[in-house]
Amino acid sequence: MARITMREAISQALWEEMERDPKVFIMGEEVGVWGGTYAVTRGFYDHFGPDRVRDTPISEAAIVGAAIGAALVGLRPVAEIMTINFAFVAMDHIVNEAAKFHYMFGGQMVVPLVIRTVSGGGRQLGATHSQTPDAIFAHFPGLKVVAPGTPADAKGLLKAAIRCDDPVFFIEHATLYQLRGEVPEGDFTIPIGQSKVQREGRDVTIVTYSKMLDTSLKAAEELTREGIEVEVVDLRTLRPLDMKPVLESVKKTNRAVIVEEGWKSYGVGAEVAARIYEEAFDFLDAPVKRVAQVEVPLPYNRTLEQMALPQVKDVVQAVREVL
Amino acid sequence: MDKKEYLDLYYQMVVIRRLEERAAELYQQGKIGGFLHLYIGQEAVSTGIISVRRPEDRVITAYRDHGVAINCGVSAKEVMAELLGKATGCSKGKGGSMHLADVSKNFWGGHAIVGAHLPIAAGLALGDVYQNQKAVTICMFGDGATNIGFFHEALNLSKVWNLPVLWVCENNKYGMGTAVERASAVPEIALKADAYGMKRDQVDGMDVIKVREVAARMLEEIRSGSGPQFLEVVTYRFRGHSMGDPERYRTSDEVRKWQQDDPIGVYHNYLLAQGIATEDELQKTIREAEEEVEEAVRFAEASPEPAPEDLYKHVYVSETC
Amino acid sequence: MAEIVTMPKLGFDMAEGTLVRWLKAEGEPVTKGEILAEIETDKATVEVESTHSGVVHRLLVEAGTVVPVGTPIAIIGAPGEKLEESLPSEKAAEAVEKKVPAPEPPQTAEMEPTLPQPETVGALTGERVKASPLARRIAREHQLDLRQIQGTGPGGRIVRRDVEAVLAAQPEAVPSPVSALPGEAAPSKPPEVSWLPVGQVSEDQRLPVDRLRGIIARRMVESKQQVPHFYITREYDMRALMDLRKALNAELPEDQKLSVNDFIIKAVALALRQFPALNAALVGNEIVRYGHVNIGVAVALENGLMTVVCRDADLKPLRLISQEMKEMSARARLGKVRPEDIEGSTFSISNLGMFGVEHFIAIINPPEAGILAIGAVREVPVVQNGVLGIGTRMKATLSADHRVTDGAEAARFMQLLAEFLEHPLRLVL
Repeated sequence: MARITMREAISQALWEEMERDPKVFIMGEEVGVWGGTYAVTRGFYDHFGPDRVRDTPISEAAIVGAAIGAALVGLRPVAEIMTINFAFVAMDHIVNEAAKFHYMFGGQMVVPLVIRTVSGGGRQLGATHSQTPDAIFAHFPGLKVVAPGTPADAKGLLKAAIRCDDPVFFIEHATLYQLRGEVPEGDFTIPIGQSKVQREGRDVTIVTYSKMLDTSLKAAEELTREGIEVEVVDLRTLRPLDMKPVLESVKKTNRAVIVEEGWKSYGVGAEVAARIYEEAFDFLDAPVKRVAQVEVPLPYNRTLEQMALPQVKDVVQAVREVL
Repeated sequence: MDKKEYLDLYYQMVVIRRLEERAAELYQQGKIGGFLHLYIGQEAVSTGIISVRRPEDRVITAYRDHGVAINCGVSAKEVMAELLGKATGCSKGKGGSMHLADVSKNFWGGHAIVGAHLPIAAGLALGDVYQNQKAVTICMFGDGATNIGFFHEALNLSKVWNLPVLWVCENNKYGMGTAVERASAVPEIALKADAYGMKRDQVDGMDVIKVREVAARMLEEIRSGSGPQFLEVVTYRFRGHSMGDPERYRTSDEVRKWQQDDPIGVYHNYLLAQGIATEDELQKTIREAEEEVEEAVRFAEASPEPAPEDLYKHVYVSETC
Repeated sequence: MAEIVTMPKLGFDMAEGTLVRWLKAEGEPVTKGEILAEIETDKATVEVESTHSGVVHRLLVEAGTVVPVGTPIAIIGAPGEKLEESLPSEKAAEAVEKKVPAPEPPQTAEMEPTLPQPETVGALTGERVKASPLARRIAREHQLDLRQIQGTGPGGRIVRRDVEAVLAAQPEAVPSPVSALPGEAAPSKPPEVSWLPVGQVSEDQRLPVDRLRGIIARRMVESKQQVPHFYITREYDMRALMDLRKALNAELPEDQKLSVNDFIIKAVALALRQFPALNAALVGNEIVRYGHVNIGVAVALENGLMTVVCRDADLKPLRLISQEMKEMSARARLGKVRPEDIEGSTFSISNLGMFGVEHFIAIINPPEAGILAIGAVREVPVVQNGVLGIGTRMKATLSADHRVTDGAEAARFMQLLAEFLEHPLRLVL
């Protein structure tokens, strides 16, 4: 086990997969000469060359569209969309093409594509560059949506995504790249579509993913001092959604708080809460509670922005409220 | 070209024509659902271009795709079965008229979001370049698609990366019901290629031989490393945009005028005038084409519906990976 | 505006009633106070007066039907008034939808699960009980009426702890004074030692007394204050029993092994059969000697304890006793006990042997006349015929109610118990 950052873990996954399989290549804005806007692909261009580390014009639709085309003919492109906010201009290719082809053409087309992108607020980038619209992408059958919260999960899941024959929308979090964690040495994958209990507890279940895993674990530590033992279930994959560990946990604790960074309305929490109500209603001893971003476009001002984003104290408060 | 090849082009165009006429009937009988965009009038375009592609050359087009499918070698049976939503259709009844495809024939589909398949075409070509395969991707689209962002992103990318794509704009004068002049700042569509430093040409789309000749030349140049090229094919659809089009945007005189240049009639006369075929031979070819279409209708009607469990099939290659 | 007549609640414990007979037909005028129907409860047949004047629009329940309290049974409106106009449509639809057909054969009180739950019906009458889904489920499983339960959750919501407190407080389930597990074969693992850092000062903790704790406290004070306890301790030679158990368990699969406690239950039950004076209770001015021998066994829970009951233990083979004990104690720990698990014990056993306890004294579980506190089976030095040897011994202490029995009788009971424990083949006959 090595203790490395999320950035290093993702970078390792890409590097190892490119070394392993010549069909894997990277394309996106500033992935090559620049080394990646989040420095994830630093050194790749020199090592793998311009054909496998392809700098693109600022053309998100063309990036995703061309990656789909290359995937159709047997390559394994990893297309990078610099931030999830720019994915909207490639939305058609993500949800109308990548997610549909295998089904719509009766199984004859396969799109082994990974779209890596970066979600999340908290860096004073203003309303258009700070969104966490992960749930939108998880709405579409045919697309797999992965959003890891630890370096080990990021590495294992990204490697699995690259080897996966389905299109995978891989969401990294802008403020998690420095997060350190234990990552197994060498080659390993983590199956897409498996939630995981990241912390055991008996009193309340927190369901979360990505950045909010870190926030939730900190809240759980605080609550331990009050004698409250929180179980934290990390979804890791938003689609296909694995509810089994969530339901098992809720059946044990009888209480659930869902923590997500995106807006509450129509969000991940809404989906998870509905599934809990549908599948574990008789086990609930309190209403399911959601912690999410307040319903405003994120402001630039630091204080206001932090007020809008879910904080550790909000999670602590929510847990107390369901007890 | 030998006589057989000349007659084969004729045969393909007649199959497309008859298949679509029958499809229109079946649509009116309620046996075909959704949209049905007929290619009637434009048969010479795809027939001419695809007649000079090599098996490794890839073809991708928009939603007016029945003719392209036939030209690529998809059987009339599989096309008709797909139109009827049957399990034996080329997309197993899940795609319908707008989403025909047969990867084994290097036909990468009809695509129904205007312009969306252009970046994908660039990707198909990228795949070939990456794997050192000498193939051209032929991407067909309508005049309407040249006004959408995808068009410009895709052409730009193809030139920046020098991808082997033949961009084929089928200019049939109307994007749905809006005339080119009302929709495009530059009505001479071929000029748009200039913005991307791309070699371009324009050809009469009612003449299959001319289309074929120009396409053959451009494909050869692209194979030789010219980078992407742009071909505007001027054509006309004789039927409405889709079934039930009130056609308020054009006069019947205009339609009649173009019908005098019916591509099948033009080619028919050409074959007689050049002494390539006799009237009897052409009539025989027509009968054979009609028989294939009738056989396709019988096949499609007798084919099974997709099984209920197919509803859940092919959402993912694998739920777990 | 039409009014809905619901099944009236005719007593605090009435959950449902049988509609015996309608005295008004649909379309008939009725005045407030006039008899509308006859309803039979488990106590009596009662006439139901109309709460409104008007015309009987609709009778929603057929005669002979058992319906829960609060269920709409009739709609009364103004003459000529159309039902659709007179009643908010969804209410009407709901009311009509709830129309219960006459059952075949006539339903009995046991058919509770298929009837609409009182709380859902309450929505119509504005008396909805606020309870968590989990609390509702537990209450449903134990046939508890939620309206009888005080909620302590937010806004008075009934939550799990409230229902469990009620379950724990059911008279038959009153816990005995010391926590005990029913005769686990393996000794309990000792708690781990932990060290407070030097210099750290622990602060006082103030914990609220939860309901289960409160009930235990109240009942034990009552018992100790009102029941004159006396105690008798005796030692038993357990070697034969332990050998027999070993031999029997060698024949049984892992999940069916017999515990020492299973043998003790059987032995105590057989002894009680011969000593009805101890299988008894003082009730008012009478001493009741129970016909059945039902042995209560204390089960330790996380936050207290509960007594599960092995019925007719004197008649049951050991394997059945063992199986029942395993199932009941598992249910008790999961908070899923059934009423029959905890009702009707006539004498109790508390066993702390697995904690290495040699001997202890238990408080009687009223109204029972006795409780037997079982210590550990130990190897001890014994003198037999003037020779020092190693013996296998167990101490047991009887706490008995002096109002019901006396020392000599109790001692004879303890003596007889030896006849079973020390000749264990008698337990398998």
